[in-house]
Amino acid sequence: MLALQLAWRFLREGRTQSLLILAGVTIGIAAFVFVSAIIEGLQVNLLEQTLGSQAHITVAPEEASPRALMDESGVAFARRIEPSEPRRRPFDQWQRSVRRIEATEGVVATCPKVSGSALAYRGAAEEAVKLVGADADRLRRIVDLRAHLIEGTYRLGGEDAVIGTTLARKLGASVGDPVRVRSGDRESLLRIVGVFDLGNEMVNGRWLVTSLRNAQTLLNRVGDITEIDARVAEVYDAERIAREIEARTGVPTESWMERNRDLLTGLRSQDASTTMIRIFVLLAVAMGIASVLSVTVVQRRGQIGILRAVGTSRRIVLAVFLWQGLLFGLAGALLGAMLGAVAGELIESSALFEISVTPGLLLTALTVSVATGVFAAYLPARRAANLDPAAAIRGDE
Amino acid sequence: MNARPQLLELESVRKSYGDGVTTEILHGIDLCIGEGELVALVGPSGSGKSTLLNLIGLLDQPTQGRIAIEGRAVENLDDQALTALRGEKLGFIFQSHHLLPGLTVIENVMLPSAAARGGFQTSMRAPSLALLDAMGLGRWAEAWPRQLSGGMQQRVAVARALMNEPPLVLADEPTGNLDTETSDQVFDLLRQQNADSSTAFLIVTHDWDLARRCERVIELVDGAVVYEGPPAGLRPAKQD
Repeated sequence: MLALQLAWRFLREGRTQSLLILAGVTIGIAAFVFVSAIIEGLQVNLLEQTLGSQAHITVAPEEASPRALMDESGVAFARRIEPSEPRRRPFDQWQRSVRRIEATEGVVATCPKVSGSALAYRGAAEEAVKLVGADADRLRRIVDLRAHLIEGTYRLGGEDAVIGTTLARKLGASVGDPVRVRSGDRESLLRIVGVFDLGNEMVNGRWLVTSLRNAQTLLNRVGDITEIDARVAEVYDAERIAREIEARTGVPTESWMERNRDLLTGLRSQDASTTMIRIFVLLAVAMGIASVLSVTVVQRRGQIGILRAVGTSRRIVLAVFLWQGLLFGLAGALLGAMLGAVAGELIESSALFEISVTPGLLLTALTVSVATGVFAAYLPARRAANLDPAAAIRGDE
Repeated sequence: MNARPQLLELESVRKSYGDGVTTEILHGIDLCIGEGELVALVGPSGSGKSTLLNLIGLLDQPTQGRIAIEGRAVENLDDQALTALRGEKLGFIFQSHHLLPGLTVIENVMLPSAAARGGFQTSMRAPSLALLDAMGLGRWAEAWPRQLSGGMQQRVAVARALMNEPPLVLADEPTGNLDTETSDQVFDLLRQQNADSSTAFLIVTHDWDLARRCERVIELVDGAVVYEGPPAGLRPAKQD
């Protein structure tokens, strides 16, 4: 209590000095919060864009490789055969795999899917599409097409189809229009009930989503599926969970982290550079506090001597300066967080993504700032506590 | 020597400074101070007065010898115990008042009590105010030290030294920075406090006039006590 009371009075007395260092800490913490919020916002945006149109984990049998042609005696006469298109092996007992995936800890949704290449026709327009068949509700929990509808409804019953906005434009189609879809020798007439925009040109220009049954029929996979998509609670756990699913089901599994190695490397590089920026900012803050408190100890050595002479213990003197560091850190964190948040708000309108100053970030800034303040104050505080009171009063030290 | 109960005893106290080549400042000091005594410690500059005062004030440790306060030897006490003993048994007045500029006048007076009790408490205000009143400074309680004259600041320092009602107050040239009139006022104040309470005062001074107004004088020359007794027994030259 005495230490805090004295610390406050020391800060109040050296008002100008205190305000200057507080300004320094505030700017440092504001930079910490601002940079963190921008990078976090950018990463969240990148992840949302990437994972908004793909599953966290995809479980699919390997693609079938063409077999060598053999004569009646079993001798191969054509070893190299060009495949017409990649075709996956049948997904044996896929319902059991779905149950096992759902039982895996961390998995929050699954969606059995059939997908393959097809052609879509409307009038004279002809477009290659990726035909996707799935249950509407299950698919929505993996890729939320309903949330990204710009026209129509999200419904996959009967002959319903939902397509991307670019594909709709290329086909010259809109909600209510029929579209013919052909895959191999199979053809079906579907009706567009919704148009979506996932913000991903590949998906917007290629996806044609219909019911599982329609797609199975068109792709000649009745009763079969090509893959099971899964969503996990924590996106960065996807790789670990993918390996666990692979062990449980025996089916090859791929996480978004494998599919997007470049993105992941980019995100990690960003993390590393953000960490470095944070460290340098905190070092500057720590050195600012330490240097001011060091000067204060020299300036106040006579007062410290008096404090010791009237019965103040070394521990209290140490605490007086640690409290000063802590108060600088605390006040700087509160003001800096506000400044950082305001700066974030100001540039958010010109940014293409949301800059969110989360409670977690503020708590981190507060903790780190207070810890930095106390850490920076330690050496000056120890010096003050170890002053020889007699010499300090005489002004020898 | 005196017949009062012993408050402070020093036996063969020596103090040296330096590593390797050492310089001995005090050469085996023996002295006693009784309860409620008013003692002057005189001597030329460099005679070891301040060193002796630091030892008695537990701000420094003797190289050799024994110091006891109220019969309790202090040489084996750790820093924490010395600090507590200093706060409880000793009051300090310095040549330069050494008030803390960031504390108000009354907070400066309360400081020894706050150090002993772990913080400033409202219960400390009444006795602090009474002391300030006794010093004629009651109405300056909430002022800052910088608003006071040198003499007033030194009176605040006296009040601070008396706050914990210590049995012994050590005053190092308490009037050294004051003009004659103010110096007399401050010394009269010390003498009054000494008369009104059982607090003993050990006053280091260059001022022989002031020393002559104490009960007993200890003269230190080159780190040794050359005279100890009533002012009347001082060498004639020193009585002028």
